[in-house]
Amino acid sequence: MLRFIARRLVGMVLVLFVVSLIVFLIFNVIPNSPPAQRLAGKNATPTLVKSIEEEWGFDESLPKQYVTMMKKVFTGELIQYSPRVPVDDRIKEGIPATLSLSIGAGIIWLAFGLLLGYLAAIRAGGWLDRTLTGVAVAGISIPVFLLAPVLIYFLTYKLEIFPNGGYVGWTEDPWEWLQHMILPWFTLAVLSIGFYSRVLRSNMLDVMNEDYVRTARAKGLSERKVMSRHVLRNSLIPITTLFGLDFGATIAGTAIITEVLFNIEGIGLYAAESIGKLELPPIMGITLYGAFFVVFINALVDIAYAYLDPRVRLGSTAR
Amino acid sequence: MSAAPILSVRDLRVGFATEGGLLQAVDKVSFDLAPGEVLAIVGESGSGKSVTAQTMIGLTRSKNARIEGSVKLDGEELLDADDATMRRLRGEKIGMVFQDPMTSFNPVYRLGAQIVEAIRAHQEDVGKDQARRRVVELFESVGIPNAERRIDDYPHEFSGGMRQRAMIAMALALEPEVLIADEPTTALDVTIQAQILHLLEDLNRERGLATILITHDLGVVAEVADRVLVMYAGRVVEEGTLDEIFYDPQHPYTWGLMGSLTRLDRPRPHRLPQIAGSPPSLLDLPQGCPFRPRCPHEFSKCTEYPALEARLPDAPDHRDRCWLNPDQKREKRQVEGQIGLEAPEGVPRG
Repeated sequence: MLRFIARRLVGMVLVLFVVSLIVFLIFNVIPNSPPAQRLAGKNATPTLVKSIEEEWGFDESLPKQYVTMMKKVFTGELIQYSPRVPVDDRIKEGIPATLSLSIGAGIIWLAFGLLLGYLAAIRAGGWLDRTLTGVAVAGISIPVFLLAPVLIYFLTYKLEIFPNGGYVGWTEDPWEWLQHMILPWFTLAVLSIGFYSRVLRSNMLDVMNEDYVRTARAKGLSERKVMSRHVLRNSLIPITTLFGLDFGATIAGTAIITEVLFNIEGIGLYAAESIGKLELPPIMGITLYGAFFVVFINALVDIAYAYLDPRVRLGSTAR
Repeated sequence: MSAAPILSVRDLRVGFATEGGLLQAVDKVSFDLAPGEVLAIVGESGSGKSVTAQTMIGLTRSKNARIEGSVKLDGEELLDADDATMRRLRGEKIGMVFQDPMTSFNPVYRLGAQIVEAIRAHQEDVGKDQARRRVVELFESVGIPNAERRIDDYPHEFSGGMRQRAMIAMALALEPEVLIADEPTTALDVTIQAQILHLLEDLNRERGLATILITHDLGVVAEVADRVLVMYAGRVVEEGTLDEIFYDPQHPYTWGLMGSLTRLDRPRPHRLPQIAGSPPSLLDLPQGCPFRPRCPHEFSKCTEYPALEARLPDAPDHRDRCWLNPDQKREKRQVEGQIGLEAPEGVPRG
């Protein structure tokens, strides 16, 4: 098992290296205009452009340029130029909000997705199944940018249940934090709840036809145990993969729209602002930060996968 | 069979409502099974043998299933028993071994844990350690070496034959009175098949276990069965003792099955004989005898459905569903020249 984890971590580092190369190529090499000009932003003075050119070593060879860029990223010297703020600081400031949003939403969509999927599967073909299917399809179909304003309009302006956007650190005031997060969480989770419940339902219906489920019944287990210990347990394996991909993608990008709509000062909002102002350094930093999370979470998922499915632990057995 | 039957099946019918109409998978199957007896149910895929077995333990119950007749275990009717009763009987009174040991264990749990689960589902007061010790004993009794260590292996770490032994250990975990083995050797290598069959035979003898062996392999039947039920299109077409079926088969379908056996004591045929055609659709059975379209000996009477009855004066328990009279049968069977084993001395047949 340890060997498996080690192998996976080495793989993770390799993937991150390739991602950083691609980011470097996209931002600094491929565009057909002086990179310093673009890094400086829209209204840069010639002096600023000149200093950036020297700072980033754009007259040197590409490998050297790559090393310079990575040095900046890792030492926190990556800065946005108008106004001059270290990108690192902004990302660090944004992380609590973004993680609060993503992790909370992740827990909600997993919990509700699995619950609804499980209920639909054990009642497959019945009215409950059909109702849940309808709900799931609705959840998948409603776009976030429609759902969020509707929720804000009714629950915030009309009924005044929830505060109007913004973010309160949970160390400052946990109750306020919770109140500010509930709407964004559900907004972000609705699509995935629908999607996960559908996927779990169909996984479970597949697994129900497996021979080992018949064996479980033949040995006299109760229907509830057959469903939870055998059908559900084995149906969760593909869900884990899906969750890893989706959760990574949420932290790294999907949360952007929700953060903008609810004015949550996380990394997503920072990314949206930077894109609006065409500021390259933050976008560069956020891209790498996002890639790190996606890769890191997928490595975690692979490790969880080995725990869930013993056949995956090839390194730990004799074969 | 003098002993009182432990399992008694009468006129069992199992149909499934499908879009194409009612599919009669099993039609009026009856048999008795005594303790210590091995009953083989033989037939092609789709002949209803597995459905018969699974219906006995309530695994075919569903909204679309139409089940009639009677299945009595120790005098208790199983077909109207509620689900909780059936659950208690499964494993505790009737153990079941399935065809493919590769897919019949849950891949994500350790083998020992899966058997402990079976024990504790019925005996809640048995502690985990105690159940584990029982599993080790069971593994030893079915011939799994290093039982102590191997109960913590996952199914994929076992070979096919060992896995089938573990399956048998699981079926025996609660010391059932009846063991249903559904094609227990089909997925195994020939050498392993023999080992598993001998294991089943030993268990049957030592524990007085009543065994139903479902198979399409007459070689397996010859090895262990006391009595044989030949099924075709959901019906029993012939039944009798092992000797009766092998040395004096009465139904042309049984002849066909016998003919498709490879024989080491005969010259090798140019091609392995087979029964022409394929089994009829259960949704669209021919009128009369269901084997009629494939039968080389069909005659005018065959459009009438023959009853399952004893047609030989000296063998009251050897029943079949064929209109030919016994003399015609022996004659036609010999013309084919490939039927039956050579009768040993003392069996006055053919």
